[in-house]
Amino acid sequence: MMALRDTLKDIALPVLAICAALLVFGLLVTFAGVNPLDVWLLLFKGAFGDWFSWQNTLQRAAPLMLTALCVAVPARAGLVIIGGEGALVLGGLACAVLSHAVPLPNNIAGTVLVCAAGAAAGALWIALAGWLRQYRGINETISSLLLAYIAIGLFKHLVEGPLRDPSSLNKPSTYALPEGMRIGGILGSDVHWGLMLGVLACVALGVWTRWTVSGFSVRVVGGNPRAAQLVGLPASRLILLACALGGACAGLAGAVEVAAVHTSANASLIAAYGYAGILVSFIARHHPVAIIPVAILFGGFGAAGSLLQRRLGLPDASVLVLQGIAFVLILASEALRDVDWKLLRPRLVRAAGPKEGNPAMKDKAA
Amino acid sequence: MTFDQWLALFAGIVGGALRVGVPFLFVSLGECLTEKSGRINLGLEGVLVLSSMSAFGGAYVSGSPWVGVLAGAVAGGLLAALHGMLCALPRVNDVATGIALMLLGTGLAFYFGKPLIQPQAPQIPAIELGQWSDSSAVRAALQVNMLLPVGLLLAVLLWWGFKRTRYGLLVRMAGDSANAARALGYSVGGIRLAATTLGGVIAGLGGASLTLFYPGSWNEGISSGQGLIAVALVIFARWSPLRCIGAAALFGGAGAIGPALQSVGINWGYHLFNTVPYVLTLLILVLTCRPGSVAQGSPGELSSNR
Repeated sequence: MMALRDTLKDIALPVLAICAALLVFGLLVTFAGVNPLDVWLLLFKGAFGDWFSWQNTLQRAAPLMLTALCVAVPARAGLVIIGGEGALVLGGLACAVLSHAVPLPNNIAGTVLVCAAGAAAGALWIALAGWLRQYRGINETISSLLLAYIAIGLFKHLVEGPLRDPSSLNKPSTYALPEGMRIGGILGSDVHWGLMLGVLACVALGVWTRWTVSGFSVRVVGGNPRAAQLVGLPASRLILLACALGGACAGLAGAVEVAAVHTSANASLIAAYGYAGILVSFIARHHPVAIIPVAILFGGFGAAGSLLQRRLGLPDASVLVLQGIAFVLILASEALRDVDWKLLRPRLVRAAGPKEGNPAMKDKAA
Repeated sequence: MTFDQWLALFAGIVGGALRVGVPFLFVSLGECLTEKSGRINLGLEGVLVLSSMSAFGGAYVSGSPWVGVLAGAVAGGLLAALHGMLCALPRVNDVATGIALMLLGTGLAFYFGKPLIQPQAPQIPAIELGQWSDSSAVRAALQVNMLLPVGLLLAVLLWWGFKRTRYGLLVRMAGDSANAARALGYSVGGIRLAATTLGGVIAGLGGASLTLFYPGSWNEGISSGQGLIAVALVIFARWSPLRCIGAAALFGGAGAIGPALQSVGINWGYHLFNTVPYVLTLLILVLTCRPGSVAQGSPGELSSNR
């Protein structure tokens, strides 16, 4: 019963917060002279209105799921990692570089290899943040973000310099991925198989944290470091494992973006999926399976963003504002968790109608 | 390289330290004040972006750079106050809130700043310190933002305030032992809210110096992590406002290496040199942090210490 009520709160609070965020966002656009009803309708239409918008939404949801896992898995081990963007760009770069530097089979085996390279690059990058925390005592939130800026600088340097395809004139890019290694759409649609990878990763990591020994150990380390120490869990190794798994997901997101969307590593890869993933993971309460619907929702908001810009003339940053408001309200909604509604109701009733005679109060008055 | 090129490079780096160092100084002072009260504000990145937009907008609309500076400070204070109030709620963690405010501040700045990308706003006048030199590079480098003396003064004032005044002692007490402050009948939440808000106002001045001094325009890439580097800067400065000055100058200089090299015609590794401040920050953290122990001079109540 207790557990059920907790789960109910886990779902109700974020839903409430997102509704409130939409409300506040509606208020904000009224100042720009736009009817909030139009905005809400367009947000829905642009995200889930027809098959075309669904394809756009799902295309954006795929990398979001993977970058959200880069926050969620380390969070299970008690770490706040916010540098998924760095792992993503390095993953994309590793994917593009490997396909060009090493002769790989020009088929699905090659795809698997380049994606694995991307995942490995991401895993190493985020594991570095975990290592710095465990062995050097550096706050992982700060270090992971610094590492992200370093990764982006490195990425730009390599793509515009040593690894540039000389024929890419206006937009510096690496050599394109060979045709056979690219990831295609599911059943001829624009939604690529990366979505399936994202969903699989969410489910697999959900199962891992819930039902495996190592996953459980990671949760113990995150939930109660002292207990973990007492039962002799190898905390550092488990934390590094969680970081590497999360980083691998973000790196995979970069590789998939290259193999399915951009075909080569270039500046388009830096699209803030890593930062949006932080929000998705926090809303999903760092629960891998819950990431799937949240990522689809925010992929939808992203897809609707360009529609808001075209139809209503709102700035393209509108979606960013919506995300920011949602993030703030999600955190604030946590404060409502401890409120005991059953105790609160009689108090509210009493406050609303003190004249009707509460015997206790009458006694006091007399 | 000839002597003139070396001189230009050196002048570029010093000039950068003076120019880029100013926002760093204000943000790190703001963060220092916030952290002294026992709270981390990662959202200063958002504060910086929002206040730089507000400052530019204020200066553009009113025609006076000083109105812009005021607008930046107010915007910074408001966003930081939101951080302070959110953190005062039960079960709300200051690191997560900081990340949220980073997103919100950036979003609001881009949303309201869209019409400000093209126009030019009146700039904060410069103090010319380089009149003695014949070299134009040196003279350009020694054009100093009028907010720099304000920042230096503020650093001294904060240092003296923490050491000598009743308010400084209260802030330090809230930061070192919340229970002691409570036992003496002070509201820890109130002190922290005030310190966080004032920290945001100070950081807002940094935002103003980003857009209202050379190169002096508003664009969406205006801040790239200065607000976060400030958190590391404060660790490096061991929570002393005076040491923040040196740290800010060092980081400003490090950030200016890339553009200075470009100005003398060396384009190789532009993006690599731009990562120097981040690498430097990490290196400093590696050298100053120890696993399992608290950094020297750090307020006892900081959540990063637990």
